[in-house]
Amino acid sequence: MKMKLKQLESLLGDLEQFSNPKVELEQYPTGPHIASRMLFTAENSYGDITDKVVADFGCGCGTLSVAAALLDAAYVIGFDIDPQSLETATINAEELEVEIDFVQCDVTKLELKGQIVDTVVMNPPFGTRKKGADMEFLSAAMKVASKAVYSLHKTSTREHIKRAALRDFNAKSAEVLCELRYDLPKLYKFHKRKEVDIAVDLWRFEPRQI
Amino acid sequence: MRLITHNMLSCNIKGVANGFPLLIEAGKVIEKEVDFNPDFLRHMFAKIEWKALVEGARSMGYAELPEDSPDATVLDSDESFLKKLHHALLELHLEEGALVCPETGRKFPVNKGIPNMLLHEDEV
Repeated sequence: MKMKLKQLESLLGDLEQFSNPKVELEQYPTGPHIASRMLFTAENSYGDITDKVVADFGCGCGTLSVAAALLDAAYVIGFDIDPQSLETATINAEELEVEIDFVQCDVTKLELKGQIVDTVVMNPPFGTRKKGADMEFLSAAMKVASKAVYSLHKTSTREHIKRAALRDFNAKSAEVLCELRYDLPKLYKFHKRKEVDIAVDLWRFEPRQI
Repeated sequence: MRLITHNMLSCNIKGVANGFPLLIEAGKVIEKEVDFNPDFLRHMFAKIEWKALVEGARSMGYAELPEDSPDATVLDSDESFLKKLHHALLELHLEEGALVCPETGRKFPVNKGIPNMLLHEDEV
């Protein structure tokens, strides 16, 4: 059975999100609209999910991990530094009856052996609280993926991301697949407006084969 | 945690030269059945570190895999081998226990199936 985009979005809409988001980790939930489109595009346009080994960097409550598993990834691993998020992610995976391995670690210091991971999907910190966090995630992801990296970054950083990916992170290609609106509900005190709406790019990077 | 994940993890403490493979201290192991996908297994066979897998599986109470990596032809001729590989890679879960650095003996605890690989400040 092939899952439809609307079905995927609706299933992801039921997932638990951060109950106590931690500002220093820039924990923003990945909404079902964005998550479903990201994973659906990765599979339908590029065949990068089904039957593949997929890693989710900074998985938080596991939205992208669950989406990958629902699209029949053969093996999914979510990495995050925050134990509470991983606990929620575990519950989410059980709720939707998918098998996902979760590992608690600092993604930016992660060194994985071998070439086992095909595809990395991630919604990294935007790097507004900790400068450069977005680039550290991208650099780590490019070292791990053998097929492709899908990631979300602020549209305002587009040129910078492209240059860094091609020059510093060993990317063969770096392509913006679409521009999305990221609706951030007012999670933190420093958010003055009720909702913050930012433009983000959905990127696909291909690592150069070593 | 399943054994494909174990096959990728290593101890990254500063100064450690041989942090792979991590030894497994199995407290609680559970088995969950998943669909058999021969093409995926053939694909994985070419990528995994055989010795790490065999030792990991044995620590978790599953000793059916051959000690030495078999010739790749076995993947097409021997379905019982594929079934064993399937079980070891995808159906065994370490729920409680620890992963232990082979060089320093540092233990990374595994609770509720999640290994904690975070390093202390003096280890990075």
